[in-house]
Amino acid sequence: MTAPEPAGQTAGSGPLLTASGLSVTFNVGSAFGARIRKENFVLRAVDGIDLEIERGEALAVVGESGSGKSTLARALTGITPVAAGEMIFDGRKLAARRRGRDRRRIQMVFQDPYSSLNPRLTVGSMLSELLKVHKVVPRSEVESFSRELLNLVGLSEEALPAYPRQFSGGQRQRVAIARALALRPDLLIADEPVSALDVSVQATILNLLRDLRAELGLTLMLISHNLAVVRHLCNRVAVMYLGRIVELAPTEELFSNPQHPYTQALLAAIPTLEPGSWDEEPAITGDPPSPLNIPSGCRFRTRCPLAEQICHDQDPELRAGAASAAHRAACHFAFSAAGAAAPAGGAGQD
Amino acid sequence: MTAAFSPGGAPAGPMLQVRDLHVQIATGRGTVRAVDGVSFEVPRGEALGLVGESGSGKSMTLRSILGVLPPTASVTSGQIILDGRDLVPLKQTDLNRIRGPKMAMIFQEPMSALNPVMRVGAQIAEGPMLHQGLSRAKAAERALDLMRRVGIPHPERRMRSYPHEFSGGMRQRVMIAIALACEPEVILCDEPTTALDVTIQDQILRLLARLCRESGVSLLFVTHDLPVVAQICQQVAVMYGGRLAEYGPVQDVLHDPRHPYTLGLVRSAPDFDNVREALVPIPGSPPSLISPPDGCRFHPRCKFAEEDCQVVEPPMKPLPGGRATACLHYERTIESLEAERAGQLDPVDLQVAAERPDEAAPAAGSAP
Amino acid sequence: MSITAGAGDQFAPTGGALVELAPRPADRGVQARRATWYKNPALMAGLIITGIVLIAAIIAPLITFYNPITQNLTDALQGPSAAHWLGTDQFGRDTWTRLVYGARLDLRIAFIAVLFPFVLGTVLGAIAAYFGGWFDLVIMRVVDVVVAFPFFVLLIALVFVLGPGARSIYIAITLVGWVSYARIVRGEILVAKRQEYVLAAQSAGLSNTRIMGRHLLPNVISQAIIYGMSDIVQDILAIVTLGYLGLGIPPPAAEWGSMINGGQNFLSTHWELTTFPGLAVILVGLGLSLIGDGLADILRPGQ
Repeated sequence: MTAPEPAGQTAGSGPLLTASGLSVTFNVGSAFGARIRKENFVLRAVDGIDLEIERGEALAVVGESGSGKSTLARALTGITPVAAGEMIFDGRKLAARRRGRDRRRIQMVFQDPYSSLNPRLTVGSMLSELLKVHKVVPRSEVESFSRELLNLVGLSEEALPAYPRQFSGGQRQRVAIARALALRPDLLIADEPVSALDVSVQATILNLLRDLRAELGLTLMLISHNLAVVRHLCNRVAVMYLGRIVELAPTEELFSNPQHPYTQALLAAIPTLEPGSWDEEPAITGDPPSPLNIPSGCRFRTRCPLAEQICHDQDPELRAGAASAAHRAACHFAFSAAGAAAPAGGAGQD
Repeated sequence: MTAAFSPGGAPAGPMLQVRDLHVQIATGRGTVRAVDGVSFEVPRGEALGLVGESGSGKSMTLRSILGVLPPTASVTSGQIILDGRDLVPLKQTDLNRIRGPKMAMIFQEPMSALNPVMRVGAQIAEGPMLHQGLSRAKAAERALDLMRRVGIPHPERRMRSYPHEFSGGMRQRVMIAIALACEPEVILCDEPTTALDVTIQDQILRLLARLCRESGVSLLFVTHDLPVVAQICQQVAVMYGGRLAEYGPVQDVLHDPRHPYTLGLVRSAPDFDNVREALVPIPGSPPSLISPPDGCRFHPRCKFAEEDCQVVEPPMKPLPGGRATACLHYERTIESLEAERAGQLDPVDLQVAAERPDEAAPAAGSAP
Repeated sequence: MSITAGAGDQFAPTGGALVELAPRPADRGVQARRATWYKNPALMAGLIITGIVLIAAIIAPLITFYNPITQNLTDALQGPSAAHWLGTDQFGRDTWTRLVYGARLDLRIAFIAVLFPFVLGTVLGAIAAYFGGWFDLVIMRVVDVVVAFPFFVLLIALVFVLGPGARSIYIAITLVGWVSYARIVRGEILVAKRQEYVLAAQSAGLSNTRIMGRHLLPNVISQAIIYGMSDIVQDILAIVTLGYLGLGIPPPAAEWGSMINGGQNFLSTHWELTTFPGLAVILVGLGLSLIGDGLADILRPGQ
């Protein structure tokens, strides 16, 4: 099979990517101005994350705006500088400024199909540029390899001389996926790959991602706010809130037995095809705090129905319960009777 | 297209009736038939969802009802009857007088719908002062009350804030307050929660539902999100290619569709509660609205299409239970559903679209 | 997990059927845009006007009959006639001939003079925007300093220092004129660099030079080009003004500015000596501005 397999020897065992203590910060405005306004000058978009991505898995990172999930994705891909922490990929530490080979192994698909492709380049030039710069294949094979890439994502070779504007949104996402695969990465990070597409087209891209995983043994990290998509595609889920992972578990375990109050609220808020019962209070009230002013202790306590004094004083760690090491939650009341809540609607009824 | 779809028929007649609406947009490439013969009703105190993907014409329908079409677009025929009065022939000044007090709109992007240099309280109070002749003090009082009703904390203080000082969810609440300010009878919503986080969306939907229940306001809710429609609307109309595909009570239409396009939509969207083996997309693209296909708009993509589908423009055929479908062969949709439930269908058969759909029609020219 | 078998918009297992989706043939939008360029009235009018002047300048020897520089005092100050279409100046030189040869000089200098600031300003603006930080700070402060001086004041001062002649004009215009391009390009790139295709290029490890040259600049250069059109007009005016002030191309070269200067003593008797060069300047300025307008219409982003 001449389809592009992930490059590099990932024969080893152990996680493909390990991130420890990862932090990404942004400076907002000027230090002086912030002091006048008595605000924080530093925005901690990602605030100390430990994460392992296993080979061949599909990990979802979910969260709402301000959770830092996109920033995390960009930090892992290497396009956003990291303020603290380290990343180990396939046993080797990733340098702050990545060089060629390291660059290739983690690639990203972006959300907006309309701005993620250079409007002035044909699909063919886009792909051949990448292939040539990284010497993925010998020059003579660049064109045939480009054709294979397109076939892999379900596009014909007529796409090669075409410009992005000639494609629909779904087709553009395919081109974007082909571009990401051109460098034969081991890890593909997809940041909301279907959010900007029509509903009926989303399915094609989701199916494509799933098939590529099976076909190429690709490891996938999916950023999404849509839990239905996540449930369909991924085997493990990390829930982020204000820059931290608050819960991490296999998909079905998370949806049937959520331990963190934020996860519970998130699941309760999902609209389903069943009629809503409007007499209940909303799953969660108020707005999330600004990432410039993260609450002390547990950052979720300002909206949490279970908040106690300990939540104000101590920042809970992401720890596993007694039952399973794979399910971890960052709540003082997780895995105890006080933290138990009704499973998310529909879960466990399959 | 004269069928009245009002289920059970509210005694005072529907709040809003759209009859055979045609909206066209003049572009350099030809005339876009954005809305091509659409009829539906919004009963009093109920919510009707208008569902479709991009290019279905749902936004244009909404805008033509409110009378805020872009300058190149116009209603070429049809009636828009609000509480018994046809809005289409009205001049702009008459329309303005009716719009404020009777109709209001909530947009998708609150930041561009709110005036960035005007305080929020003033924006809410503007309508009542203009349309209902309230004094400044009384209008301010109403603005305060509305901000409380929509759940904005510390309303006395926040009345003097500017839109950029609010979060997305709060801005949407402000929009709702503005919409409610003149005590309208119909609120038109254009994807009001699409840009919001799921927990905020939950809050806003509940708020809308509660407010409508309390004040008896009718809702016309445009969205592409099927679960959202299921949550908040009682009736749903599915649009495709500028026409209606199907209409009926929301639970019936979504769980037991009578049009292949609706069936395709339901099968292609991942449902959180019901993880299917495969998501089955609808291949192909929406039709060109400049030169749409003859006959049924969906026939080039439809696996159930027969010869008459290519020629005959299917009328809305009323079905029992207050439903209607624009498919000449809807019984094949029913068969497909039954086979699926009996577990007799392969993934390929779940597809509602044909093997090699005709890709010739470019998607350019379709109206949002 | 079943792989949905290929058909329509589906992924087909490798080795099996391919060719599901082809892009639409050259989008009607693109064709429409290519077609409209010659329907754009401003662009066409501008091209015609400028074209006529350009062609006249090129075929100058064919449409003029005298030498533009040699003096012929016996024929001085004659009004328009069959022999001298626009008359002669105080040195007996045929005005029409000098007009046409003046076009050669002025247009050539203007077109070249606009090129250097264009390149310099674009490069500096791109660097300032893309790298930000100190680059941006320093470059933009220099821009601020240059902009603080009125264009002509600075220009005249520089030419005065550098001495008359074409070379000083090029240098002076370059040193003064690059700032507008820098600002325009910087603004465009600040926006463009946030586009996801730039992020994609960065994540693919492409070098910064490549990203700037291949991915960013082609998408933003149109604004600079449009500005360049009006800049040519300004440069023509600058050259003509310098010539009028005696700081431009030294006599006896046929140049519109010095022609206007030379003729002003005879305004009451032979107004044509000053007026026709002036009209020529206006005409060329009009033509180029119209081209700029037309281009702005066509290249406007978002059809």
